[in-house]
Amino acid sequence: MLKAESKPINSLDATAAYNTARKTQSLLKTIWSYRVSYLFIAPFMICFILFIMIPVIAAFCLSFTYFNSLQPPRFVGWDNFRYMISQDLLFIKYALPNTFKFSVIVGPGGYLAAFFLAWLISILPRTSRKWFALAMYSPSLTGGIAMAIVWQPMLSGDRIGYLNSFLLKLGLVSEPQLWVTSKEYLMTSMIVVTLWSSMGIGFLAMLAGILNVNSELYEAGKLDGIRSRLEEIWYITIPSMKPQMLFGAVMAIVGTFKAGGIGSQLSGMNPTPEYSGHLIVNHINDYGFIRMELGYATALSVFLLLLMYVANKFCWSLFGTKEDE
Amino acid sequence: MKTTSAIRFSGLWRRRAKPFRLTPTEKISAVMLVLLSIFMLMPLVYIFNNALKPYQELFNYPPTIWVRNPSMQNFIELWAITKNSAIPMSRYIFNSVFVAVATVVLVTGVSAMCAYPISKHKFPGHRIVFGSILVTLLFAPETVAIPRYLVVSNLGVMDTYFGHLLPMVAVPVGVFLMKQFIDQLPDELLDAAKIDGAKEFTIFLKIVIPICMPAVATISIIAFQDAWGNTETSTLFMQDETMKTFPFFISTLTSNMANNVARQGAAAAAALIMFLPNLIIFLIFQSKVITTMAHSGIK
Repeated sequence: MLKAESKPINSLDATAAYNTARKTQSLLKTIWSYRVSYLFIAPFMICFILFIMIPVIAAFCLSFTYFNSLQPPRFVGWDNFRYMISQDLLFIKYALPNTFKFSVIVGPGGYLAAFFLAWLISILPRTSRKWFALAMYSPSLTGGIAMAIVWQPMLSGDRIGYLNSFLLKLGLVSEPQLWVTSKEYLMTSMIVVTLWSSMGIGFLAMLAGILNVNSELYEAGKLDGIRSRLEEIWYITIPSMKPQMLFGAVMAIVGTFKAGGIGSQLSGMNPTPEYSGHLIVNHINDYGFIRMELGYATALSVFLLLLMYVANKFCWSLFGTKEDE
Repeated sequence: MKTTSAIRFSGLWRRRAKPFRLTPTEKISAVMLVLLSIFMLMPLVYIFNNALKPYQELFNYPPTIWVRNPSMQNFIELWAITKNSAIPMSRYIFNSVFVAVATVVLVTGVSAMCAYPISKHKFPGHRIVFGSILVTLLFAPETVAIPRYLVVSNLGVMDTYFGHLLPMVAVPVGVFLMKQFIDQLPDELLDAAKIDGAKEFTIFLKIVIPICMPAVATISIIAFQDAWGNTETSTLFMQDETMKTFPFFISTLTSNMANNVARQGAAAAAALIMFLPNLIIFLIFQSKVITTMAHSGIK
């Protein structure tokens, strides 16, 4: 009886195995017929896997270990994360709130500013557009170390600094203020300088998006009773450039969270005065390359990656294209 | 749809163009933009003037904006800083120029090669490939500097030019922009070429690349700016001083500059050297950038 039962099952298995074998064979055949395509993507994919995929995966693995680069990593479970949220005072008191403040102002602020500027530019006749776009974009060309130098004469703490001498002349301050070396002002200076240089490719994408909105839509909107410019932006411009809005948002988030060097570049001190400009990125470098606690440092970077992911999810839900569109 | 958009991007700047007289809204926006432009450009004007100011003018009180007697003194001083050290400044500049040019060539080539099959071939797995590129678009690779460091040191490319180049080659934004642009190409064009017996590589070189020049130009600009200003690879992957780049040299020059004004002139000159190539390249390709960005949306 057992035999009789097992027989049909066996033959079923055999057909299933035969089917999967045929399927894999035909899949391999299609893959082989596309071999040139794989050859084309190979150079990028090799570098992509080596320098982006593996580091991200490795970061997730290393974040659960104790690793000091001399001995092999030792598995410690959730210890790094537990330490991060309960005992690492520098992280809780400075890095986290500073990053929060910095990114809430620079991220959405810079993004809205970019949209607003792009919209202002799109109103103008075309001959002048090019020059205003250039004026807004050129600060982002100074990126990195040059950015800090460019602002140095402006914010320098003695009376020769342009900002100080200007305020002294107006009588708004009685003595020169230390814009970049005191803990009161450093964060503000960092935010202003970063905002200044944040009109990068995200801004250009939104500008192109606005210029590309079909002008017939505006005329149709007028007929349908749209009266103010504000209504026009809300009901026509933004919905028809959602993809560009999303691209701009992604660029803004990435740019905001990876900013880290600016505090020590401006103040010329590392760590920044009384940790007033200490961001998570600084904290990672501090643990990773100075204290050599690589396990804990990667746990911090995993935390940062998760923050970026959450922020991005939020933007996708705002501007992502739905299935039916 | 495809043909109309092709026509549309040739006349992008002309869209919504109006007759010469300005309406009130245009006037308001023009005034606001002029004020904002002044704010945006002011620091650049300062740095330009500071770079040309002779020593005594730099420390005048009250500080002046415009230079009175322009001189090359600061550039000469910048050059002289490295006179007595083992590595001349020309070495840093050579490294920077070489790395930047090589990065631009590699990034544009590799991105275009990767984007073309993703957009037009639909090979098995193209969704996964593009999906993973989209996901990494959301992450900044800089945040995982430590594992990257481990990869580079295990590959044995520390202290070589490969250490500068290889980590910079995979630019997800590059592939993304390129793919969106290639999507606009009509399939019929490629099919016609295939019927005429053209090989994939010929199609790529003779048809795809020439049509996608705007995207190629844009990616070149992005790649150049990244590579030219990059200090990360020098700090992390180069121990040998002769392999480090110009921006790294500037960052050593300017550390602690907030309290120390002695080298401000030289620093201003250095910042100008960093800024001008970016500006010139952007000016040359500006209109192409706007054309590409019109297709940059994430759908």
